[in-house]
This record gives sequence, structure tokens and C-alpha cells, in this order.
Amino acid sequence: MRARASLRARAAASAAVAVNWASRRAGLGSGTVAGGRAGLVVDPHLVEKLCVGRPGALVSGTNGKTTTTALLAGALGAGLGGGVVTNATGSNMPAGHAAALAAGGRTGPVVLEVDEAYLPAEVASLEPTCAVLLNLSRDQLDRTSEVRMLANRWRVAFAGGAPVDLVANADDPLVVWAAGQAERVHWIGAGLGWRNDAVGCPSCGEQVTFADAFGAGGWSCVCGFARPALEAWLEEAADGGSLACFADGRRLVVDLELPGRFNRANALMAAVAASSMGVGADEALGAMAQVPSVAGRFTVGEIAGSPTRLMLAKNPAGWSELLDLVGGGTAPVVVAINARTADGKDPSWLWDVEFEALAGRTVVATGERARDLAVRLRYAGVDHATVDDPRAAVAFAALEDGRTAAPVEFIGNYTAFHDLLDHAR
Amino acid sequence: MSTGLRIVVVYPDLLGTYGDGGNGLVLARRAEWRGIKASLHQALSADPVPMGDLYCLGGGEDGPQVRAAAALRQDGTLVGAVERGAAVLAVCAGFQIVGTTFPDANGSGRAGLGLLDVSTVKGTGPRAVGEVVADITAAGAGPLPTLSGFENHAGVTRVGPGAEPLATVRRGIGNGGGDASEGAVAGKVLGTYLHGPVLARNPALADLLLGWATGGQLVPLDDHEEAALRQERLAVGRRSPSGMARTRRRISRALRR
Repeated sequence: MRARASLRARAAASAAVAVNWASRRAGLGSGTVAGGRAGLVVDPHLVEKLCVGRPGALVSGTNGKTTTTALLAGALGAGLGGGVVTNATGSNMPAGHAAALAAGGRTGPVVLEVDEAYLPAEVASLEPTCAVLLNLSRDQLDRTSEVRMLANRWRVAFAGGAPVDLVANADDPLVVWAAGQAERVHWIGAGLGWRNDAVGCPSCGEQVTFADAFGAGGWSCVCGFARPALEAWLEEAADGGSLACFADGRRLVVDLELPGRFNRANALMAAVAASSMGVGADEALGAMAQVPSVAGRFTVGEIAGSPTRLMLAKNPAGWSELLDLVGGGTAPVVVAINARTADGKDPSWLWDVEFEALAGRTVVATGERARDLAVRLRYAGVDHATVDDPRAAVAFAALEDGRTAAPVEFIGNYTAFHDLLDHAR
Repeated sequence: MSTGLRIVVVYPDLLGTYGDGGNGLVLARRAEWRGIKASLHQALSADPVPMGDLYCLGGGEDGPQVRAAAALRQDGTLVGAVERGAAVLAVCAGFQIVGTTFPDANGSGRAGLGLLDVSTVKGTGPRAVGEVVADITAAGAGPLPTLSGFENHAGVTRVGPGAEPLATVRRGIGNGGGDASEGAVAGKVLGTYLHGPVLARNPALADLLLGWATGGQLVPLDDHEEAALRQERLAVGRRSPSGMARTRRRISRALRR
């Protein structure tokens, strides 16, 4: 393959950069997608042309994509040096990829977060070094319809596709099904808190049995479909942190700035991906410890004069992880729900979230679908107020609570989170 | 088994994909708030279906739907309970299952439970996805306010002479057979394509089912939050954006992303 981008690709990349510059100048937003679209109009093969000859990783799955992508980019930047090109904004469809690649350097590693539905096509066209498969659960069902169809499409793509190192979460039966026919798979015990999409065996339809809560004991079905032997897994350390354990006997401390077990599991997946690209897991984990926050998630900013911790949860699996993190506390909680295209237009999934865990706290419902949330909270037995404007909701929560000095816990789904992040100082 | 009103959510592990488990919770709470003793059972597919007064079936994926139908036929409890007068709310895949036939993932017909005279085939057009607003037409449902919900299905359902369509869509697709009908009802078995969950968005429908199951008069509840949600959703359903407004929205959305 040609190592240099064609004239057409260079023109396309320039178009992408120019449109994004204009978009930012005009105050129309970061313009990531607009510029990428312009680039793809000039050259529909822009993304693959800008990836040719470079070490590349694709990161996909329902939850943890943006964080894992950032952690892996951090590890590769430290280990391989030079500018890693990555779509840090979370724009994870081809237009976002085109924009990131056009704006970045023309050599060096590429780490792309990829929307689950686009993964088969991008694995085929970009021929990455490795692909990270985190988990699959219900999300935006108005767009993806069925998570099982997605798993099947992945399975077909990896069975017949180009040789790629898969780093796959062995604790998720749907991921194991998706990666099960691939040639080279690193099976990782990354855990799976939310099981409701995995109980029906993807192979035979019978019921998958899980041994315990976080998957350490594995899972199996009567048909013989079971968790494969692990190459690495996460163990809880006595101090509340985690250890990355490898089948070859290595045990490495996973110590992150980012909170939560799910982020340490993301780091383990990224560390194995980094290994497959030539950066040792210990060096990779060391670099990941320096990553302070990813795309604004878990940052504490000031909203309407109140210190606020900003968090993103966009589906039941993401919520089950966040409720583990914030459920035990006393700080006031603001929940913001939108249902735009990027969020999924049907917020029925709110009824799969155990909001009951927030009973007794100061809880405020906000966002464009605050009324759906308010009804859900009513039936969950959670006293709450409804405040339409998210910033006013934070101010209200801080005022109403009064007694705690702890930051307001703000949890929004995709666009609700990003809208508020734009206002955080 | 506890006494009082027994509400059973059928196979949430197979038919719980679209948040429809919320229907059981809505029914149980609305009974409790009125002082009616009620219990809520989550009946997993590996276990026998318990005896109940009010059964809820939800939406699910193609494979699990076929398994659920087979397991329910083999178990027999649900069919027996309906013969003895139990009420049923069946949503989406559940709606198809309680009918006579429904399509599997390949489009082949599978036998349903035959609790409702409806039959479903795989549609040839695009999947029906979006907000639904539908006016109740079924005499068997009595006078109910306009229905609001969200549909997401590929099936086309025909209502036979043994049942009547539940409603007529003002917005959305519904049963998809070209007659604008949505859902079906016969006796105390009610089927619909609406998620939301449908009982959260339509508390009057929840109370219709509770009335069927308890046989008593129900005191009104303070439903101002449901009313606010309904007002918002029904307004969205009425809005038919002009071409220009649609384009403007598309541009602003593209620039936002």
C-alpha cells in the first residue's frame, strides 16, 4: 500500500481541517463532525488512507469506549513516543475519525473509539493492529434494535476478516460470542456488573449461569459455551484498589486518578492492547495512572456557583456502575436525561435502572426528558424535585441540601452531560 | 404464595429488553397507594410461572421471544390463569406471543399462546420506530384518554374477529397492517406495541387493568407528574414539522455534534 496519502486525500484532510476551523471561529461548536463530513465528501476513503502503514487500535463496546481509548492513547504515547492520533472528543463514527486523523500527525500510532455498529466495516477497511471489545448491552435501541444482532455482526466480521489481535472481555458472554471465531484473541476477565442482556446463551438460547457478582468465578451454559481461559484478570486489592493479574504470574497494581472498578477494568483492557502493540503492560499502566480525567468525566467543576462532580451514564449498565460509586454517599444528586438522536430517542430504559438506591438523598430531575425521569422516581419511591434547566437544577440541589459540603453529584446521559460540561468552570 | 392481588412479570430475563418491567411496578404501586394489598413477582424463565391475577409480558429480542413462547406453552399456567379470569397486559414481543402466530428471526411462523385473536408476520418495510399517539377505539377498553408510547418493532399484526383493535394511531405505525390500528383487546387480555413503559405514560390504562383484576372501583390518585409527562408527549405527537423546520433542526443538530 502507498505510504503517502494521495493528492485527493490531502485535499480532503485540508477540507476537514478548514471546515472545523471555520466552525469553531463561528462559535458553532467544536465542529468535529462537520469537518469530518466535509473531508469524506472530498475523499470517501479518507479515513483508511490516513491510517495506512500505521500501528492502530480500535476500541468498541457499549460502555467505557471513550475512557479506554484515552487510557490506551496515553499508554502508547508514553511507550512509543510521538503524537498519538485519537478521537478524544468521543465522536466515534467515520466523520469523527476523519476529523481526528485530518487534524493529527501523518505518522505514529492511531487509537480510535468506534461506534459498535461501525466496528465491522472499520475493522475490514482500516486493518488495525488490535481491536478492544469491552462489553455489549442494551443502548439506544431505537437505532441498534437488538444487541444480539450486533454481537452476530461482530462475529461474522471477526471470523472472516483480516488478522487482528482482539482484546476481548471474557466475562461478557456476548463479547465472547462476537470474538469466538477469531484467530487471535486475548481473553481478559474485565468483569460484568450488568447481566440482563447476557443471561440468554448467544449460542443455544438456554440460560447462562454466572458464578458470582463480578465474574471472577466465570459463567457457563449447558451447551458447553463457557468463559474461555483467561490471559489476564482484575483482582480486588486489600486497599480497595485493583491488581492486574496475568496467567504468566505477573501481578501489577492498577492505580488510577479515575475512580471506580469499571475504570480499572478499562485500564486492564488497554494495558493488554498496549502489550500487543509493543508497550509493556507495566509501562502502560504507569502512563495510565497519569491520566487525570477523560473528556470531562468525573471532573469537579463549578456550576451556577456550586462545586459539582460531572458524570456520564447513558444506559442501564453504565448506571449500575455509577450507582456502585455514588450510591453509598449522602451528597445531593442531579440526574439529567435527554433523548436526542445521540442519546437514543426512547428513555424507557430508565425503568431498568435501580434508582431506588437514591432514596433518602436530595434528588433533582432535569433535562429535556425530566418528566419521564420524575415519573420513574415516583414509582421508585424516591422523593425528588423537577427543575427543567440543568444549571438551575444544580443550584437548587445545592441549596435544598445545604448540610453537606460535598460536591453535587451530577449524572447526565450523553448530550445532557456534554451540555453541562460546556458550562462548567 | 401471598394473598392479595398477585401481579406477575413474565420472564423479565427474556422479555425485559425495553424497560417494560416497569409496567409491573406501576401496577403494584398504584394498588398499594390505594390500600390494595398487592405482591409483585418476577417470574424467571427457568422457574414455573406462579399463579397470578394480573400478568405482564414485555418486549424482547427474536430468539428469546421464541423461547418464551415455547416455555409458556409448556408451562401452561398463564393460559390456565386466563381461562380462570386473570388479566394480561402484553407488550410488543409479548403482544405477538399471546396471539396465534408470530414470526421468528427468519420470518417463519411460530405458534403463539392463542390468548388473543391476533396474528403477526414479519413486515417488509422499515422497522416501526418512534413516538406513538393513538386514540382508544375498543369498546372493551371503555372510555380512556389518548394513548402515548414509543414503538420499536418489525412485525405486522392483524386483528382477527375474536378481538378488537385497541386504538387508532394519530401518529406512528401501530399494528402496521395499513388500517392505522394499534394493539388489540378481548376480554381481559390487552396487547399493545407501546413501550414507555406504556402504563407509566398512561396511568388510566394501568387502572383499567387493576379494575379488571380486582373487580372493584378505584379511588383516583394524584397523578400530576404523569399528567405533565403526558401533556409533553402528546404535544410532541401533534407537532407535524414543516419541511423547513425539519431542515433547520437537522442543520443545528449537525453543527452541535
